[in-house]
Amino acid sequence: MSTSTTASSIGQPLSRIDGPAKVTGRAKYAAEHAADGLAYGWVVSSAIAKGKVKAIHEEAARAVPGVIEILTHKNRPHVAWFDRSYRDQVAPPGEPFRALYDDEIKFSFQPLALVLAKTLEAARAAAALLRIDYIQEEPNTDFENSLEKAYVPPKKRSGIPAPASRGDAQKALDEAHLKVTADYASAAHHHNPMEMHATTVIYGSDGALTVYDKTQGSQNVKSYLVGVFGLANDKVTVRNPYVGGAFGSGLRPHYQVYLATMAALYLKRSARVTLTRQQMVSHVRRPETFQSMALGASEAGGLQSIINSAVTATSTFEDYQENVVNWGVGAYRCADAAADYKLVALDTPTPGDMRAPGAATGMTLFECAMDELSYAVGVDPLQLRLLNYAEVDPISGNPFTSKALREAYDIGAERFGWGKRPSEPRAMRDGNELTGWGMATGMWDATFQKTSARARISANGGLEVATAASDIGTGTYTIIAQVASETLGLPTANIDVKIGDSDLPASPIEGGSWMAASSSAAVQLACQSLGTRLFEAAQDLDGSPFKDIKFEAVSFNDGRIIAKDDPSRFLSITDIMKRADLPSLEVVETAGPGLSGMVSQVKKARATHSAIFAEVKVDDELGVVRVTRIVVAVAAGRILNPKTARSQIMGGVVMGMGMALHEESMMDTRFGRPMNHNFAEYHIPVNADIHGIDVIFVEEEDKEVSPLGVKGLGEIGIVGTAAAIASAVFHATGTRVRKFPITLDKLI
Amino acid sequence: MIPFSYIRAGSADEATAAGKEPATWFLAGGTNLIDLMKETVERPARLVDINQLPLDQIETLPGGGLRLGALARNADTAYHPTVEADYPLLASAILAGASPQLRNAATNGGNINQRTRCYYFYDVATPCNKREPGSGCGAINGVNRIHAILGASDQCIATHPSDMCIALAALDATVQVTGPAGQRSIPFADYHRLPGDNPSKDNTLQPGELVTAIDLPDGKFTKNYTYLKLRDRLSYAFALVSVAVAMKLEGGAISDLRVALGGVAHKPWRRPEAERQLLGRAPDDAAFSEFADALLDGAVGQGENDFKIPLARKAIQRALRQAAAGTPQSQVDKRIA
Amino acid sequence: MPPQATLQPAAPAFDVKVDFSLTINGRKHSFSVEPWVTLLDLLRERLDLTGSKKGCDHGQCGACTVLVDGKRINSCLKLAVTLDGSEITTIEGLADGDRLHPLQQAFVEHDAFQCGYCTPGQICSAQGLINEGRARTAAEIRELMSGNLCRCGAYTNIVDAVEEVVRQGALHKEAAE
Repeated sequence: MSTSTTASSIGQPLSRIDGPAKVTGRAKYAAEHAADGLAYGWVVSSAIAKGKVKAIHEEAARAVPGVIEILTHKNRPHVAWFDRSYRDQVAPPGEPFRALYDDEIKFSFQPLALVLAKTLEAARAAAALLRIDYIQEEPNTDFENSLEKAYVPPKKRSGIPAPASRGDAQKALDEAHLKVTADYASAAHHHNPMEMHATTVIYGSDGALTVYDKTQGSQNVKSYLVGVFGLANDKVTVRNPYVGGAFGSGLRPHYQVYLATMAALYLKRSARVTLTRQQMVSHVRRPETFQSMALGASEAGGLQSIINSAVTATSTFEDYQENVVNWGVGAYRCADAAADYKLVALDTPTPGDMRAPGAATGMTLFECAMDELSYAVGVDPLQLRLLNYAEVDPISGNPFTSKALREAYDIGAERFGWGKRPSEPRAMRDGNELTGWGMATGMWDATFQKTSARARISANGGLEVATAASDIGTGTYTIIAQVASETLGLPTANIDVKIGDSDLPASPIEGGSWMAASSSAAVQLACQSLGTRLFEAAQDLDGSPFKDIKFEAVSFNDGRIIAKDDPSRFLSITDIMKRADLPSLEVVETAGPGLSGMVSQVKKARATHSAIFAEVKVDDELGVVRVTRIVVAVAAGRILNPKTARSQIMGGVVMGMGMALHEESMMDTRFGRPMNHNFAEYHIPVNADIHGIDVIFVEEEDKEVSPLGVKGLGEIGIVGTAAAIASAVFHATGTRVRKFPITLDKLI
Repeated sequence: MIPFSYIRAGSADEATAAGKEPATWFLAGGTNLIDLMKETVERPARLVDINQLPLDQIETLPGGGLRLGALARNADTAYHPTVEADYPLLASAILAGASPQLRNAATNGGNINQRTRCYYFYDVATPCNKREPGSGCGAINGVNRIHAILGASDQCIATHPSDMCIALAALDATVQVTGPAGQRSIPFADYHRLPGDNPSKDNTLQPGELVTAIDLPDGKFTKNYTYLKLRDRLSYAFALVSVAVAMKLEGGAISDLRVALGGVAHKPWRRPEAERQLLGRAPDDAAFSEFADALLDGAVGQGENDFKIPLARKAIQRALRQAAAGTPQSQVDKRIA
Repeated sequence: MPPQATLQPAAPAFDVKVDFSLTINGRKHSFSVEPWVTLLDLLRERLDLTGSKKGCDHGQCGACTVLVDGKRINSCLKLAVTLDGSEITTIEGLADGDRLHPLQQAFVEHDAFQCGYCTPGQICSAQGLINEGRARTAAEIRELMSGNLCRCGAYTNIVDAVEEVVRQGALHKEAAE
């Protein structure tokens, strides 16, 4: 079975197949599904961070015409009792948050009431008129001043590796020729996808619920709703055909889906809840991170010791954990390394995974320390990385399934012109501006998750491929179409990709950069299996041209099955269907780890790598930083679609630029409240901030990491970006900023 | 947003008669008022829609100068040929602010009446003397990176957020108003006020008074001027510090100078006496440094915004150099001239 | 500890409706709605024109950008009643049947979006930018498209797409002259 290359084949820069729907406004997001008699929900959030609800004054709110009901902890319907009913696939250890459960307030902006009305405007007005009295307690939201209280989480979060130490790092540090110690901090970040979290629940005539939720995993939300509300499995379907960005904020079910579902069940009518942009600080964030590093090196710059300790914030009711420290101890060859990871519990919502969770901070901050080491040793930053290049995974000692990082360094440096970099800071001046060049390494896991897919061909030759995957802007629709197109030799116009529906074959949550590898494998398997079935049906036909040949001897092209050695022997798929009297043909297949040559995950290390180079220009007097050039070379296995892949990397880089220069949740620790809770004061990059971003994919053949050799791209673009920029800022100015974001006040 | 009653005014008299009633607001472009109403910071009982009033003209004044109608849009003002040719400082300042969409909707009258971006003013869960007199100031000892270093009080440390107003202050504009007591002209320096003991009042308008126009005097600054804005990202962000400079040079000496600062006080910040000190001086670094010190005399940081004092000092000097050199700051090229 | 807000609103007027009409994507609509309904909510909730997006509801992101009499504005900050008699163009009104508008086509080809949520606003904003005629260079496009946030970070592709259409427009203009 083979096909020839077409515009839609794997590896071709096919434009997004969901593009026309998105550019015309036809694509419907979670809050855009219409329903008769829809009840609009408006969440009333807590003004205080800790304490109790003393009284809720509803009279004025209930007097607003159009108000249907106001749900609070006092009148909410029954929900599950046990914490386990609220635990979703990615929940950390602890007690998941339950909105409107009781009178206790655990964080500022906690939802305390849901106003339901016949119009959006009535709900909004009534919410503004609802008055709540509080019993206030002193909150603690001061991360920096709570570091002493950091603790080792007693229960580990599933999937997060324990801090990995080896040898005797302290002794090695003591004996090292050179030592660099550096404490770094990164602010809390809000995901702030452009679409605010929203859910529309359509209440069916039979009481069944169709839930359009902003989520990265429809099946995760479905099982959550089944658990919390005790619903029958066949009475709820969760859909997310279009997701307006998420970046990890849609991994766990959030309170909007809980409240919208509660409202629909209670009112027995359709309901919608949309958070405001201000409330987008109220459910999840990338935690505040503090990282303390000590590096010991030989005179030549060989790493002799790494000590990497990190503290991140969590809530008082869940121990959110991420892998912050193993990136640093796992990136370079070094015999002795120690890692340590602790949490600080604050009166805030539970933080959560945000693009490259743990690595965007942990690897980036570690790379800043590597930059400091390069100056201490007097070695070029790139040379320092090459000098300590890890040929095998330093943590496990296992070889990599593939690692073309060296090539990435070479190609990236060449494209950037790194060879012309003066070694001293403040050496490149252009009028009022100082130019600086910096670089960093990026790393992320290349993982693969068990995924099922269905392929169904109908009599007219139309192919439907389906899996409960999500496309959060990642290009899932498009790569699935490409894999199906190539496997069965059909044009994408004949392929209908169905994703974003919990009723479809099982798929993991969209996250962790595993979606492309996993869904492509499942779709390929299903299409191959369907191809086999088609071939068998063709063989069974009277006068079949394939009677005497095997499956391996045919190819699928242009909607036909063709004998490879005699192209005059062929049958079109529609002919086969018609002559075999098949209205449709359908298969479901599951791809799991261990498939077709994939190595066992314990025998080899699996990772994506990148080398990122940044040029900044900094006004010497005023501290204004402009990032004028980024070159990023990525080694991520096989690239299914270079157009969408490039966008993924660029997006990660832009978010990394935000992390480097702009993003910071500003907490008023007296009130326990983040104060810049909008898009005017929580700065993310705008168009004017972004110049050229040169993305290079380094060739990296990998037959073991996943069936198609795909590693995934969602996270790698952000990892290290802020370090490259910080290192460029130091190279430009001679000022080392150890606390992100690097705002101009830190440079004047 | 809390429901309100709505009146569409057919004339300025109708508008001002309605406008003097309690809890009544004029509605023009809405870019600030609707934003604040959604936050429930503003809770008018009644809105008087003035968009139908014939106040959107930009016309040359008989005695010289230019009249900017209160309802002329910010973008139309910035791109007006006379403004571009004769008042490039104003055009530059307008284009440094907000976004093209907002500039298309926002009016000149609305711009000068826009309210502070103080986090606490915007968040009704927190105290704010400006929003709710007597509740206290959340920003003092709080999150105050964007707050005032000049002219603040122990009641309020908010800043005025407009870019356009900083240029208008430097250009010695006059605000024309009409109201229940008739028409009057307010010099721009007297239009906005410092917070003092009454931070809820941003300006000196009386109840029912409506801004009808902003007049620019004949004095044109077309060569030695600049609007330099420093902010936390390169566009679509409020100023941390901004500087408007209008300068005239004769025979190698400064013959006229107006400098206004944005982002540092409750109103555009000017010190005419400091400007006068520079007249007759050569436009050199020593003069600029002295001037920066004089303009910032008495500046006090609040903690997180301490950096604004050195930043403003450097920005003033840089802007003066830009103006003296005739190399005004581009609002497109983000490299600072 | 923050004191509780004690400010009491004036007695709200709930039963107000105002008559007005708008031409939306070439079709005239008459309305009788409350004055506090924004243009964005009118489009999304009452006309099912959900192409215009709500990304912040406060004029801070540009996702709701539409054209009013050819000018781009944030529809979230505009009370619909104040636009009586205006012509509104939304993303749904740009394509010519099944044929995409040149900006829509360029956005698809340049992959000028990922999640697609800011996209209608970006495209309407770009059309407004072209109408304004103030952007010729990439730097000018970057600055004058800065009122539209894109959290997916598609900015450079957006600039490429807009620049292509701006350049085509300049060529057409030249050819016509």
